[in-house]
Amino acid sequence: MTTTGRDVTEVLVGFARTLRHAGVEAGPDRVQTMIAAVDALGDLTPGSVYWAGRQTLCAEPDDLAIYDAAFAAYFGGRRPARNNTLPAPQRARIAAPYTSGPPGGAESTADEEEPTVLNLSASTVEILRQRDFALLTGAERDEVRRMLALLGPATAPRRSRRRRPAKRGEVDPTRTVRAALRNAGEPARLASRRRTQRPRRLVLLVDVSGSMTPYADALLRFAHAAVRTRPTGTEVFTIGTRLTRVTRALRHRDPDAALHAASAAIPDWHGGTRLADSIKAFLDRWGQRGTARGAVVVVFSDGWERGTPDALAAQLAQLARLAYRLIWVNPHRGKEGFAPLAGGMAAALPHLDEFVAGHTLAALDELVHVIAK
Amino acid sequence: MTTVLPESPAGLAAALASTGYLADDGLATAGFLALKLGRPLFLEGEAGVGKTAFAQALAAATGASFVRLQCYEGLDAAQALYDWDFPRQILHLRAAEAAATAAAAATGVEPDAAAIEAGLYDRRFLIARPLLQALERSPCVLLVDEVDRADDEFEAFLLEVLADAAITVPELGRIAAETPPLTVLTSNRTREVHDALKRRCLYHWVEHPAFEREVAILRKRLPEVTERLAAQVASAAGRMRELDLIKPPGVAESIDWAGALVALGARELDPDLAAATLGAVLKYREDVDRVRADGVDKLVAARP
Repeated sequence: MTTTGRDVTEVLVGFARTLRHAGVEAGPDRVQTMIAAVDALGDLTPGSVYWAGRQTLCAEPDDLAIYDAAFAAYFGGRRPARNNTLPAPQRARIAAPYTSGPPGGAESTADEEEPTVLNLSASTVEILRQRDFALLTGAERDEVRRMLALLGPATAPRRSRRRRPAKRGEVDPTRTVRAALRNAGEPARLASRRRTQRPRRLVLLVDVSGSMTPYADALLRFAHAAVRTRPTGTEVFTIGTRLTRVTRALRHRDPDAALHAASAAIPDWHGGTRLADSIKAFLDRWGQRGTARGAVVVVFSDGWERGTPDALAAQLAQLARLAYRLIWVNPHRGKEGFAPLAGGMAAALPHLDEFVAGHTLAALDELVHVIAK
Repeated sequence: MTTVLPESPAGLAAALASTGYLADDGLATAGFLALKLGRPLFLEGEAGVGKTAFAQALAAATGASFVRLQCYEGLDAAQALYDWDFPRQILHLRAAEAAATAAAAATGVEPDAAAIEAGLYDRRFLIARPLLQALERSPCVLLVDEVDRADDEFEAFLLEVLADAAITVPELGRIAAETPPLTVLTSNRTREVHDALKRRCLYHWVEHPAFEREVAILRKRLPEVTERLAAQVASAAGRMRELDLIKPPGVAESIDWAGALVALGARELDPDLAAATLGAVLKYREDVDRVRADGVDKLVAARP
C-alpha cells in the first residue's frame, strides 16, 4: 500500500526526534503527516524529503533555520547542534505563610531553594514596594516576586468591528426582519445592535542588556503577569543586541518555570545594547505587519545605546506612528538627580507618549495604571 | 469542469506556468502535497511575494473554481458562511398569502399554512457566502486571505468547517462538499494563529524569487517588457531588498514598476527614468530618501 518501507519510516522518525531536540515542536501528528508527504512524493531524493519535511514539521519562520541546520546535520551525517531551549524543570512552589513574630534572621537564611518566611506587616509591605529592585536581599526578592505575580497589567478596550444584539443602539436589520417573519411579515418591534469592545494589543519590549541586569528579572516577571492576564492579546520581546520573542515561553502558568524557559530562549542576556537595531528588527518582522498597529507599546530600557541616537530616533518615530501609545519605562527615572541624558534616552523623548519609572514595585503598579489609561 | 491532478511537483509547476504563475520547487511541492494529501496549505511570507496569486493560479491549473474569503475583524458566520435573504422571504410570504386568500375566496378551500411556511426556508432564499460557495462548487480552491485579521472565535469556527467539509443549516439540513475544497490560508503574522489550525495544515514560507525567476516572471506577466529591462528591474529590486528598507519591494511591486516603465515607452532603465518612477516600487518617503542617498545610478547599474 505504501512505497515507504519500514526503515525509511525509522529514518524519518529519527530525523523528527533530532528536530525536536533542536527546538522545533514537531509532534507525532506532524511526523505522521511528513511520512504521508514523503510517500505522496514517491521519491527519496534529498530535495523531496527536504521539502516534505519542511512543510509538514515546521509551523513558523523561526523554525525554518533550525530545520535547515538539523536537516544538514542529520542527513549530512554530522552531529546536530543541541539547542538550549529545553522545557523548564517543574518545581513545586509553596507560598510562604505570613507568620508573625520575629523573623529569626530571615535575610541570612535566604535561600533560592526553600520557601522563606518573612515577617510582613502593612508597613514592611509598603517599604518593600518602595525598595529599588537592584537593592533587594534574597528574602525580600522572593516576597517582591510574589507580589509582582499579583499585578494584572491590561490595556483599556477599544471599539471593535464586531456587533452584538443590544437593548439600545443602531437598528439591526437582520434581526428585525427575522422577527418580522415570525409575525407573519409584520415588523412589530425594531431590534437593535451595538458594537462590542475589545482590548487593545499590549506589546512589551524588554531590554536585557548588561546595564539592565538588576531589573531584568523583575521586568520579565511583570511581562509574565501581563501575558497571564491576556494570553492572546499580549506580545513580549526582549531587546539587547538582537530581538527575541519570548511570549510563548512566558505563557507558562508558573512564573519561575516561565522565566526559566524565557531565559533559555534569550541568547543575548547581559550583552551590549543596540536598541535601534533591535527595534528595527521588531518593526520589520512584527510591528509593521500589524503587531504594533493600534497597540499599546511599552519599552523597558535605560536608553544606553551603542549606536547613534539618530538611528534610534528614526526607529522610534516609526514605532510611534504605528502604535496607539508608546510608553517608555526607565528604571533610573525615579532616582534622585536623574536627567534623561543618555544619548538614546534624549533622542527617544520627543516620540514618547509617557515616560515613567520602573525601579520599584510601586512604580510598576503605577505602570499598570498608565497602561490601562 | 474537470479536475486535472498533476503527477508530480514538476507537473504542477508546469501546469501553473501555463497559467502564468512561475512557482519554485518548494512552492510546487507544497501545492502538490496539499492536493495529494487533501490538507489545507498555510502560506506565509513578505507582502507581495505572490501568495494570493498562487491560490488563483492553483485553481486555474487544476480546473477548479476559485473562492476567496477576505478576513477582517468582526467577520462572523453570516458573512463567511450563509445568510437567509429575509426581505425576499417576506415578499414571498406576502405573495403566497395574497394568492392563498384569493384562492380560498374562489374555491372555499382553506389556505395551507404548512406549505407556505415550508416554502419560506427554501434553498433559493439562502445566500451562500464564500465558505458555503466553496462547499457547493466542488472542485474548488478556497483562499482564506489574511486569516490573522479575523478574531480567534472565527478561527475555531473555520477549523470546524474545514475538518468536516460540510455545514449544517438548521432549516435545511447538512450541506456537504462532493470533494473537499483545497484550502489555501495566508497570514501576515499580526498575531499568532492558533496551533490547532496550524497543525492541520502544511506550512510554507514563500521567499522572494531568485533573480532568474523574477526575470522570467516579469517577462511572463508583461510580454512587452524587453529582456534587458526585465533583468535591470529584477536586479534593482534585488538590490533594494538588501538596503534595509521599511517595505522592501515584492514581486508585485517589481511587476508594477516594470509596467510603469513600459507605459513610459522605456526599453531599458536609466537613472533619470528610475528616479522618476521610484513611486511605483517604493511606498514610503523614508525608503525613497534612502535609495536616493544610496545613489539611483548604483541601483541601475546593480548586478544580480
